[in-house]
Amino acid sequence: MAERVETESGPFCYAIGLEVHAQIVSSSKLFSGASTAFGADANTQVSAVDAGMPGMLPVINMACIEQAVRTGLALGGAVNRRSVFERKNYFYPDLPQGYQISQYQQPLVTGGQLVIELEDGTSRSIGIERLHVEQDAGKSLHDRDPDHSLVDLNRSGIGLMEIVSLPELESPDEAVRYVRTLRSILRYAGTCDGNMQEGSLRVDANVSMRRPGEGLGTRCEIKNLNSLRFLQRAIEFEGHRQATILDEGGTVRQETRLFDVDANETRSMRSKEDAEDYRYFPDPDLLPLDLDEAWIAGIAASMPELPDARKQRFMSGHGLSSYDAGVLVAERDNADFFEEVARGRDSKQAANWVMTELFGRLNHDGIAITDSPVSADALGGLIDLIVDGTISGRIAKDVFAEMFATGRQAAVIVEERGLRQVTDTARIEALVDGVLAAHPDRVDEYRAGKTKLLGFFMGEVMKASQGRANPQAVNRTLCLRLEAEEGTR
Amino acid sequence: MTALTDLTIAGARDLLAAGDVSAVELARAHLAAMERHRDLNAFITETPERALELADASDRRRRNGDAGRLEGIPVAIKDLFCTKGVPTTAGSRILDGFRPFYESTVTASMLREGAVMLGKTNLDEFAMGSSNLTSWYGPAINPWRAPGDGRVRVPGGSSGGSASAVAARMAMAATGTDTGGSIRQPAAFTGTVGLKPTYGRCSRLGIVAFASSLDQAGPLTRTVRDAAIMLGAMAGHDPLDSTSADEPLDDLEDTLEAGVDGMTIGVPEEYRVEGMLEVIDELWQRGIAWLEDAGATVREVSLPHTRFALPAYYIIAPAEASSNLARYDGVRYGLRCEGDDLVSMYERTRAEGFGAEVKRRILIGTYVLSEGYFDAYYLKAQKVRTRIADDFREAWTSVDALLTPTTPSAAFAADSPPDDPVSMYLNDVFTVPASLAGLPGISVPAGLDGDGLPLGLQVIARPFDEARLLRVARTIEEAAGFDTAPRSQT
Amino acid sequence: MKFDKDTVARVARLARIATDDAERQQLAGELSSIIEWIDTLGEVDTDEVEPMTGVGAMTLKWRPDEVTDGGVADDITANAPASSEGCFVVRKIVE
Repeated sequence: MAERVETESGPFCYAIGLEVHAQIVSSSKLFSGASTAFGADANTQVSAVDAGMPGMLPVINMACIEQAVRTGLALGGAVNRRSVFERKNYFYPDLPQGYQISQYQQPLVTGGQLVIELEDGTSRSIGIERLHVEQDAGKSLHDRDPDHSLVDLNRSGIGLMEIVSLPELESPDEAVRYVRTLRSILRYAGTCDGNMQEGSLRVDANVSMRRPGEGLGTRCEIKNLNSLRFLQRAIEFEGHRQATILDEGGTVRQETRLFDVDANETRSMRSKEDAEDYRYFPDPDLLPLDLDEAWIAGIAASMPELPDARKQRFMSGHGLSSYDAGVLVAERDNADFFEEVARGRDSKQAANWVMTELFGRLNHDGIAITDSPVSADALGGLIDLIVDGTISGRIAKDVFAEMFATGRQAAVIVEERGLRQVTDTARIEALVDGVLAAHPDRVDEYRAGKTKLLGFFMGEVMKASQGRANPQAVNRTLCLRLEAEEGTR
Repeated sequence: MTALTDLTIAGARDLLAAGDVSAVELARAHLAAMERHRDLNAFITETPERALELADASDRRRRNGDAGRLEGIPVAIKDLFCTKGVPTTAGSRILDGFRPFYESTVTASMLREGAVMLGKTNLDEFAMGSSNLTSWYGPAINPWRAPGDGRVRVPGGSSGGSASAVAARMAMAATGTDTGGSIRQPAAFTGTVGLKPTYGRCSRLGIVAFASSLDQAGPLTRTVRDAAIMLGAMAGHDPLDSTSADEPLDDLEDTLEAGVDGMTIGVPEEYRVEGMLEVIDELWQRGIAWLEDAGATVREVSLPHTRFALPAYYIIAPAEASSNLARYDGVRYGLRCEGDDLVSMYERTRAEGFGAEVKRRILIGTYVLSEGYFDAYYLKAQKVRTRIADDFREAWTSVDALLTPTTPSAAFAADSPPDDPVSMYLNDVFTVPASLAGLPGISVPAGLDGDGLPLGLQVIARPFDEARLLRVARTIEEAAGFDTAPRSQT
Repeated sequence: MKFDKDTVARVARLARIATDDAERQQLAGELSSIIEWIDTLGEVDTDEVEPMTGVGAMTLKWRPDEVTDGGVADDITANAPASSEGCFVVRKIVE
């Protein structure tokens, strides 16, 4: 929701636009046949093209364009039949050609929107200006040597989608929600893995502040934010910094800034002090990218289900609440897991187990769902044991804890530990009788009208059975005994 | 028997096939000629050991009945082509010590066809020039001298080393590259045949880039037939060059002698520039007469935007060059001059690594692409280029090929080159329009000027119509009967 | 002069080429005459003319998404003026 920064001279509003650089899921690079896999030894995934060797030429990877088109369609953008690769010229050690092949005047996708859900449950549509395709730069390592930087070009030439929003986000929180929603869509579309730690998703934030109702102010661009937390903190800091300047009657200088994580502040980037003049021009090594209408339509027709559609399906098909459905679809892996658990089972029960027990433990231990020690199949097996009466819901929680700790199957644990529910009437009657006999005073109180004591008796019987007695049977037997013997005493 | 170094490719091919000469003998003869003519500074790097190894391997292949199109032919390679393990300099200090770990598509194809590489030839730095005076390795020299004055003449540029090597019989043929005339102009200056194919005919992969939308590889030879043989070995579709054309190339030797009977040849009126030397005009008229005698119809055509070709070229080529040469930054290969910080390292490396002409063009190119000027210069020039290409398209509706002079004069003296950049650029006035339109062009030696220096005639043809281009060229060659042996050879 | 010394300085900075005052002076003259000469293009009517993007009716070639290259780290850094740990080495970059 819109947020204001209060100053002595009055409040300021945020206007935030985000440029998200999303690494395209592909095997090879945008313009060369080198691998895109993460984490290889320095310069082992580099071709002569990626190293900017003399005479080397780019040839476009069709899969990367297909991925970008798919993403553009997922965001409701218009795919341009003709787009043009241009060179963005600047010098930097991790930019081997001395230019980045990008798109400028004629991007692949124009327009689109992203709907974000706000804290209060309402939603807002944020406009997307464009999506274009470009090549990534290499990586400069600054911390290996006090006087030198090391350059690894493994990342050089990997395909990126730059997704540019309009400056319509009104708070740091909205910015975070935008990125989270976008990441979810990218993962559903299968076009970017969204891994911010590995740099697959990086955000530049354009932040400006203005008085309520006024036009856009001067913006600063904060480069390369690689976590949602940093994004939030960087925008907050920058908003307050600009508001303070404006409050004191100063003017904000348009510049590129860097977020210093340790100092928790943004500062001007020295390497960008010169006003940049990128001298864009169409790359003469590449012809314009002309796309066939039928080819685009084919991609549209094979579009995977996106988060919004899945949420609707979870609500209408599985009967989940909007909230539960929203939580489940936010991450594609979570939703996939849930659907597997729910297959052939009660959806609400499945959702309950996934969201409370499983997510609770995963979050607590910081484990990703894809690494969950309890598989969807195993969790389903546990639910089946509850449904067929083999164990009670309460015992099931203990069994789940053990499954989580050991990775073993529910049925095995139940058998080994003898946790099968006691449903045998004679045994339950004996347990009930034992408890009643042990607490004659309470029995009298009950019979004198203090019927709330039923819970106490239930607890005692369950305790005596080590939790294994069937609660319904215990309840039934207790009631029978307590009512029936009233007159006879 | 003629000296081995006087042989044409076609002639050597027959002798090799008959077993009358071996590739090793040919290589030795040419290596010896290279040593004799070191004063011409035609080579930046000589590779005699490699040449003998290649020649030996070629002889063995031939014994096994396996001979490619250039089997055993000793050739020189312009030092703009990347050659695996062999220094590749582009005539620039900035590539000092650079050895590529890859082979250009064109040279790889020639090697597959059996070519024997003798060495890497001198050129204007990064192929930017019309004189060969801008090479970091010193100028290559024209084997021709005017009998009257004996002054050292330039071989033209940028493929001047290749032209000099072929003219002086150090190599049977050589590769060149042509961006605005860099094959055709030196061919004209050295009395050799220089063929610039259609843009896209030869792969640009592995050729140090100057201006990507114009650069095109082609051969320098002593006969038109040899040009056809060389092109056959150099050309071909390359999936690793996005601008490489997937157009079939028929065997050009088959139709070489088909003549021009029935063809219509255009003479563009705008090429009759103000102040044209009389000797050039006379040569042109002779060329027209030869073609008419051979049965062609010659008619005047108009290419109205001709005079804008050079200014457009001197926007487009420097603009692309300024970007193509950004990779020479001292980080990954070549020269590095350390500075106090990263930026000063860049600035010093590039200031010391590039020569004056390259710097001029980088600065012009940077300027025309800079903010606020792109539309007025680069975009405008690309639109003018469309106009120029349209002029040619219009001409093709009425003619099959065009005949023009190759250069406005013969080779100038190395000690008195045109004294300002623009005058130097005017050397390319007749070659640049076809470059901008991507058309194939060839310079054929056709006569001598008053000083006894060679002059060339240029033929231009439709895109991918090298077959007709060579038929016309062959007709001129035959009619001219030009003796390619340099007079007053040093 | 179209191309004064300040313009030379600005453009040379963009192109990362060090120049001293004398060079800038000389370049200003040379580049001005070149620019004046290429300014003649203004005479050509290019309204409604598309800029040239290629020769002939070529279409952009595509490459299948296959790993066909890489694994040559030693070759990549073989020509480097300075390298360490398989990386290129430059003077410290200050952000």
